[in-house]
Amino acid sequence: MTLWWIGDVVLLVVILPVVILLLHRVLSAARSIVPSVRSIAATAAAGSKDLDAVPLLLTTQEQVAQTVAGVADYGGSLDVIVDDAS
Amino acid sequence: MSGAAVVMIVAVVLIVLALVYYLVSTILALRQITAGLDDVIAGVGEILEKTAPVGEVVNNINGNLDAGVDLLEGLLVKKAGLVDSMGLIEGLYPGAAAAGLRNFPESTEIEAPRIAEVYTKGTLTLARLGREAPIAAANPAGPVLRNAAGGSLAARRLYPDIRQSKPELMPRSPVIGTDAPEQYEQRDDIGKPRKRMPAR
Repeated sequence: MTLWWIGDVVLLVVILPVVILLLHRVLSAARSIVPSVRSIAATAAAGSKDLDAVPLLLTTQEQVAQTVAGVADYGGSLDVIVDDAS
Repeated sequence: MSGAAVVMIVAVVLIVLALVYYLVSTILALRQITAGLDDVIAGVGEILEKTAPVGEVVNNINGNLDAGVDLLEGLLVKKAGLVDSMGLIEGLYPGAAAAGLRNFPESTEIEAPRIAEVYTKGTLTLARLGREAPIAAANPAGPVLRNAAGGSLAARRLYPDIRQSKPELMPRSPVIGTDAPEQYEQRDDIGKPRKRMPAR
């Protein structure tokens, strides 16, 4: 009978607090991750929104090609019109 | 049932209840994390999708710009010569000549001539009269002599005195043509062989 009581005391005084402490730490760690994940999600959404202008690069590409082609035409004309230095 | 057994049962029940509470709370937190990660994955997926063509497009733009730079540098050096090219660049963008031309590494060793500061006397005179606005705006020799917008006295002083003093009775220029106010008789000898002067 004495061993029963000793087992009860150990169970209530040692094992139960240790179990509760460990579980509480696991829960705290899991809850601390939630706001971080939410901020990461918000940042990813904002980054995705910032990249909405990326398709305009296709227009920029076309404009640059046209501009360089115009510069080449002018350069060719100047090459014919203006005398060389040497 | 003894009292010790009852206490044992109560202790086990308490442990089980604690386990249930904390494990269920942890599961709920992990579900929130999972939902947040789903949002993250969706956002990152959009970023990947939007940035996929960037590399190719930027490389294409850079290639075109490189071709443009090569063309302009080559044309400038061909037409002006390397030394004068550096002088022109230095005159337009002070300090830029130190960087040199990309396709001409030796251009960094050239001491750029101060082309932008060399003007003839006539050029400076015209500039100070305001006829060359870009030069007159930064003329180192002094302020402009003439108000290009309104004044004309300085310009008129360049001409002979009879013109700038504005005489009231200057002879008018003759009016010519078939409806001129003063008609002259047509000479008969016009169009005929020239008269020969008698020989001495």
